[in-house]
Amino acid sequence: MMRFILAILSAALIVMPASAQQTLPPAPLAYEQLSDPAQEEAAQALMETLRCLKCQSQSIADSDAPMAGDMRHQVRSRIAAGEEPEAIRAWLVERYGDYVSYAPTVSNTTWPLFAIPLLLLIVAGVIIRRRVGKRS
Amino acid sequence: MNKLWIWGPLGLFLMFSGLAAYQLTQPKDEFVQSTMIGKPIPDFDLRPAHQDRPGLAIADLKDGKPKLLNIWASWCVPCIAEAPHLEALNRAGAEIVGVAIRDRPADVARFLAQHGNPYTRIGADDLSEVQLSVGSSGVPETFVVDGNGIILHQHIGDVRAEHVPMLLQKLAEAGA
Repeated sequence: MMRFILAILSAALIVMPASAQQTLPPAPLAYEQLSDPAQEEAAQALMETLRCLKCQSQSIADSDAPMAGDMRHQVRSRIAAGEEPEAIRAWLVERYGDYVSYAPTVSNTTWPLFAIPLLLLIVAGVIIRRRVGKRS
Repeated sequence: MNKLWIWGPLGLFLMFSGLAAYQLTQPKDEFVQSTMIGKPIPDFDLRPAHQDRPGLAIADLKDGKPKLLNIWASWCVPCIAEAPHLEALNRAGAEIVGVAIRDRPADVARFLAQHGNPYTRIGADDLSEVQLSVGSSGVPETFVVDGNGIILHQHIGDVRAEHVPMLLQKLAEAGA
């Protein structure tokens, strides 16, 4: 039995390198910080709020997917060229929709997320006032 | 009246579990649709990805003839599956231009030698810039582009036999 498991494991090891595919080195600015600390900080803040489209539920700052690297290169080179972070976000949203951005926005579909907590707070306030009022 | 209220939280709980259970039974849509449909492809100019074919620039997409813009890569496994169907599209008269993502000329040549070359032009997109500019999030993807470089349709994933008539139809609608 043990031998059988070992055989399967070693077969898996032999097969694995075949799936290591992309041989091109990462984009120049994928793992390279900008020399200007203020620009790098702006780039980093933006990259943390952009969604990796390949891996999903990860930001491009967190992901090692080659496409996330290319997106980081895009963000850093645009910021180095003097573009505003929000303009870069808008450029991506124009292409992929709100999905690509993690920054919360109030829109036709998301306004209840902001309105309901407010409403609940008001209702709770009213209830508490009534109860406290009754007692005294 | 007051007695009924105690069922409220349970009702809410059941409502949420019902919603969650319903969502679990729904198929998950993992595709990220481009929101560039109906918009022009932004400017670009790519060097050739293969010695036998010219590179690809925006001017090539604005020559008046509708085309299929196929985003692919030699390292992409589904691209192998889609190769015969691109060939079929080509035989049916569709002009296909390729954008090779993060690829080496030698790998592109090997892929085309093995799986056929349906492309009239292949641009090398080493930084995924064109891919990002058209709102594509993976390989392979195929865009139907009209003669003025406007994106009409995005097909996500490999082109299969059943998609060939649909893509030809879209091209015909664009005036190919």
